[in-house]
Amino acid sequence: MSVAIETEARRPQRHAGARRRSASFAIPLLLAVLAATAVIALTVGAAGIPLSRLPAALGFAGTTTADAMTARDQLVLWSIRIPRIAATAMVGGLLAAAGAIMQGLFRNPLADPALVGVSSGGALAAASAIVFTDSRFGETLRFLQTELLPLAAFAGSLATTAILYGISSRSGRTSIAIFLLAGVAITAITNAGIGLLVFIADDRQLRDITFWLLGSMSGATWTKAAVLAPILVIGLAACTFIARGLDLLVLGEADAFHGGVDVERLKRISIVMVSAMTGVAVSISGVIGFVGIVVPHLLRLVIGPAHRLLLPASVLLGAILMVGADTLARTIVAPAEMPIGILTAAVGAPVFLGILLRQRGLASL
Amino acid sequence: MSTVIEARHLSKRAGRARLLDGVSLTVAAGEIVAIIGPNGAGKSTLLRLLSGDLRPSEGEVRLKQRDIGSYTPRELAARRAMLSQHINVTFPFTVEEIVLMGAGDRSPREAGALVDAALDEVGLAHFRERQLPTLSGGEQQRAHFARVLVQLACGEAEHGPGLLLLDEPTSSLDLRHQIDLVEAARRRAAGGTAVIAILHDLNLAIRFADRLVVLNGGKLAADGPRTEVVTHETIRDIFEIDAVVHQADGVPYVLPQSMRAAARSNAS
Repeated sequence: MSVAIETEARRPQRHAGARRRSASFAIPLLLAVLAATAVIALTVGAAGIPLSRLPAALGFAGTTTADAMTARDQLVLWSIRIPRIAATAMVGGLLAAAGAIMQGLFRNPLADPALVGVSSGGALAAASAIVFTDSRFGETLRFLQTELLPLAAFAGSLATTAILYGISSRSGRTSIAIFLLAGVAITAITNAGIGLLVFIADDRQLRDITFWLLGSMSGATWTKAAVLAPILVIGLAACTFIARGLDLLVLGEADAFHGGVDVERLKRISIVMVSAMTGVAVSISGVIGFVGIVVPHLLRLVIGPAHRLLLPASVLLGAILMVGADTLARTIVAPAEMPIGILTAAVGAPVFLGILLRQRGLASL
Repeated sequence: MSTVIEARHLSKRAGRARLLDGVSLTVAAGEIVAIIGPNGAGKSTLLRLLSGDLRPSEGEVRLKQRDIGSYTPRELAARRAMLSQHINVTFPFTVEEIVLMGAGDRSPREAGALVDAALDEVGLAHFRERQLPTLSGGEQQRAHFARVLVQLACGEAEHGPGLLLLDEPTSSLDLRHQIDLVEAARRRAAGGTAVIAILHDLNLAIRFADRLVVLNGGKLAADGPRTEVVTHETIRDIFEIDAVVHQADGVPYVLPQSMRAAARSNAS
């Protein structure tokens, strides 16, 4: 024990001063990188639009030269690529922020909505909505699917998060082992439910459900972006409200209370936020794992763990990573598209293992 | 002296077990009280009831003449500060960030002087930029003590003398830092703070507090000045050990002897 602490203590430390400096640059820098990533994403794809044609296509310059090429570019950009990039960025932001909030709530850097079944809970509810609105009520409810899916996914995520918290915390303490194992069990249950839906679904429904399970941004439209935007705005506003409470929660529920935090209210707000953010993201993109783990982890290394900065920075870095991954997903095997969930898992799972290895030395799980 | 905290006939049940049974206690501003007693006597339960963290099954706790349940967590934090045992911080907060948490909504600039003073007082000024999880258990405990001191100072600046609760604050500290902590707490009491601490080291408790409260089996076994409470008989009855009690400059000093001797003298 004492040996482990000795070596940990001697590990070179980043100065808080350096941390504070990088912290003040973090938001502008992330905004700039997000803009650059978005520009690259705009130009790349099945129909390439070189940078030189981008201003015209966006309608910034030379509207007189309304030639066929510009018209085609405009169509591609405004009806396909821009809504997709916007939706992807928001999904990434929501997933990363939901991960950061969940980690704060459970005081554990390994918590992730996708890992512990919150995303699958949302996916199960969404898949149920697809199958049942189709078969039971026929056309009467199908037109509602766009509105119904996010709500169903939110309800599914809320139920799983609440169950998870109920199981893993007892008298103010959260057991990490029970939390992760309960997540495994909940994932298994929701997967069984999804399996059942796959079994009874018809071909068209099956295609829709499969899309949820692998995760993809290919169905992104302006309507879907419009569903994401208010949740992101409300979420960001709420983040400033819960940031200090999440900081103090690192001391444990009793000591956060001693420090003046209304712990019960903080937990309720956090659970609803994680569920809403995850649920709505899942209803648009399907289950995409590891964004919620990788992004906050990387940021904590650079800007520190204080949530006032960590939460908005997570939204930005999540957006950057998702837009980058989605651009890769739609170019790597062009003209086909790789499901983005495969890419995020391929990058995220090793990072997850890396955190596990680091944690092993510090605290016993 | 004005009463800071008053507990009336406190009982706490968990299932069928009685953790605490009809304990009454009043502590005035500037008073220092040590709670002693064997494991499972209800010491931590009593402290958690006094902090407002637990609600009593029976009885009531009044903090500054008001029912403790009527305060919001924030109001409560401005009137009492508590140092718990075993706080395990998982995220890489620096010592300074942890201590600043005691300052509530105040900005680092506003609370800077208080944070500096508290870090100096616990001897961690040179560790302020280190990440807390990388420090030793005793250093972490001192950092949390500094955080609690900042919270107390912020609250007292607005609401006058408050309540400082310490749950085995010296459990991971070496001898020197045990004394430092005790002296820091005594300085707060000299400034009007009511201080209540659970201590296991009898001799430290005697040096720390003018008044000792002894709990045994969830009941109040003794409550009084140290010279009255610390006797050969009380120690034998409560802790089931035989101890020699010396007096040095009017302060009792306990030297534990063999356990078997106590068991024999109890039986006879």
